[in-house]
Amino acid sequence: MIRLSYTTIIIAFLFCVSAPVWSVEAFPPPEFENPHPLPETMTPQPRQDVYEYVDVAVLLAALAVSSYLVLSKRSRRWIFVLMIFCLVYFGFWREGCVCPIGSIQNVTLAIFDSSYVIPVTTVAFFVLPLVFTLFFGRTFCAAVCPLGAIQDLVLLRPLSVPKWLEGALRLCAYVYLAAAVLFAATGSAFVICRYDPFVSFFRLSGSLNILVFGFCLLLIGIFVGRPYCRFLCPYGVILRQLSRLSKRRVTITPDECIKCRLCEDSCPFGAIKQPTAEWPAADYKRNKRTLAIMLVLLPVLVLLGGWAGLTLGPAASRVHETVRLAERIYAEDAGLVEGTTDASDAFRATGTAPTALYSEASVIRGNIKFGSALAGAFVALVAGLKLIALSRRWQTQDYEADRAGCVACGRCFEYCPKEHVRLGEKEQGAVNER
Amino acid sequence: MPESKDKVTRRGFLREGLWGTSLAALGAAVGFFSAKGSKADTVWQIDPNKCTQCGNCATYCVLAESAVKCVHAYAVCGYCNICFGYFGAEPSDINTGAENQLCPTGAIKRTYVEDPYYEYTVDEKLCNGCGKCVKGCNTFGNGSLFLQVRHDRCVNCNECSIAVACPSDAFKRVSADKPYLLKGTDDTQ
Repeated sequence: MIRLSYTTIIIAFLFCVSAPVWSVEAFPPPEFENPHPLPETMTPQPRQDVYEYVDVAVLLAALAVSSYLVLSKRSRRWIFVLMIFCLVYFGFWREGCVCPIGSIQNVTLAIFDSSYVIPVTTVAFFVLPLVFTLFFGRTFCAAVCPLGAIQDLVLLRPLSVPKWLEGALRLCAYVYLAAAVLFAATGSAFVICRYDPFVSFFRLSGSLNILVFGFCLLLIGIFVGRPYCRFLCPYGVILRQLSRLSKRRVTITPDECIKCRLCEDSCPFGAIKQPTAEWPAADYKRNKRTLAIMLVLLPVLVLLGGWAGLTLGPAASRVHETVRLAERIYAEDAGLVEGTTDASDAFRATGTAPTALYSEASVIRGNIKFGSALAGAFVALVAGLKLIALSRRWQTQDYEADRAGCVACGRCFEYCPKEHVRLGEKEQGAVNER
Repeated sequence: MPESKDKVTRRGFLREGLWGTSLAALGAAVGFFSAKGSKADTVWQIDPNKCTQCGNCATYCVLAESAVKCVHAYAVCGYCNICFGYFGAEPSDINTGAENQLCPTGAIKRTYVEDPYYEYTVDEKLCNGCGKCVKGCNTFGNGSLFLQVRHDRCVNCNECSIAVACPSDAFKRVSADKPYLLKGTDDTQ
């Protein structure tokens, strides 16, 4: 019997080598003497499309309720309840994978790659929170985003981050956004999904590196409020800017600010702007000079950023599979490396000429280099504008939520004595007297 | 600088303008994508003709137990007595002894049909998607065993971890209406 098996192997092998065409039907399907019905190959179907629309409906409802709770009801407790619901639904139930943050990449790819078909539900997930932000501020961040929710839950001992550090760290989010758009546009990778820190928690499985990364972020999140949202989230960057324009926004006091300073330290995200003092004339002059210098420096900065991006281009292009494969094939053919990889074996088995691969890779490399330069210039532009904004004069007379930084969590509401008057817990007179 | 309610300030005007522009841009994006986009969702699937059975499917899935399993196209199978997807390279005997089996989890069942034909069925609960049987069957047999993403398990990640690790670019997104690329059907031609 054993010899038989070897013989059959050898015969089969000869079949394969001599006539590849035959390999498909090396052993013709049998004709049974007794009727033998072939078992059916089971094909369990994916989740029905209708449920994708249910997700969109839940998102829409959650955004509407969140906006109502933040702007009208002004209740941290109910915002918290909604946040838990969304964490369970979008996080643990839907396992974090249909999310507006990641949809940036799908939308980008759909713009740049005409062959990529984007489901309308994904477009809805991208657009809905943006539209709501334009009207009501960042109510998506407040309670709907599961990534924000999981960080909000662990925030137990908030420390305040110095303004300069906060501003500098926030630049990371712009770098992340630029990288995500670059790699999505060139079809290289979906980096936001690849390095999503909390999706492993939602699925209760995932790679060790990402689990450790997520765990570290949550550890930091005990002391620094929502580190991912503030310093990394690429969608948050877009929401920040749209939130500056929003029709309505979070107001700390439901009435007139009496500057009692009770809300001053209530925000764990450093998003409460204190009333400003009058600007001294000397400051005004110095600011003017700084502004002039910054305006001159801006183009220089942008050029430097573009150059840095261009320099990083070749390294960035290696994120793309085809470029990596082409480099590997080249290195193997040139004798620079020993052995082969699964990918190079698979490529050689297709019989494609390496030159075709090289030319394909060089087009991609060119695109990524160009895109990388643009991304570098973009990040530098953001940095430059941030510097310019430093010398911008602004005055507030009341304690106000920073339009861009406020994630509408509603923590500050209960610190305002006027809020207690609104709720009928205190008399008007008791508050005004302080 | 208290802003009076009636007067349009420069900043207020800029804000209004940018607000309108943003909303218009979003509207344009929705219009563009709903014209171009598809109503149906897409799901990941393996093109069995491109698959090289490298074994990454078993280990790179975000699920602890991979969503990729071996499936069998019975119409393509030769019902061989000596199945190269079932028996290891040097079986000590042609029987169902565990030591003779190629599958590390014993997921393939061998049942006698009639002389000399045997039927091989995959127990998906045991299959880990390593593709060892697929390699054996593809190398020496008809290639009726092949790997497929099972959609009752797949969580449909935006970026599939196995697709990233796949050396032969065999993963692609297919329409959820036709979520399998089965051998012996028109899907894989």
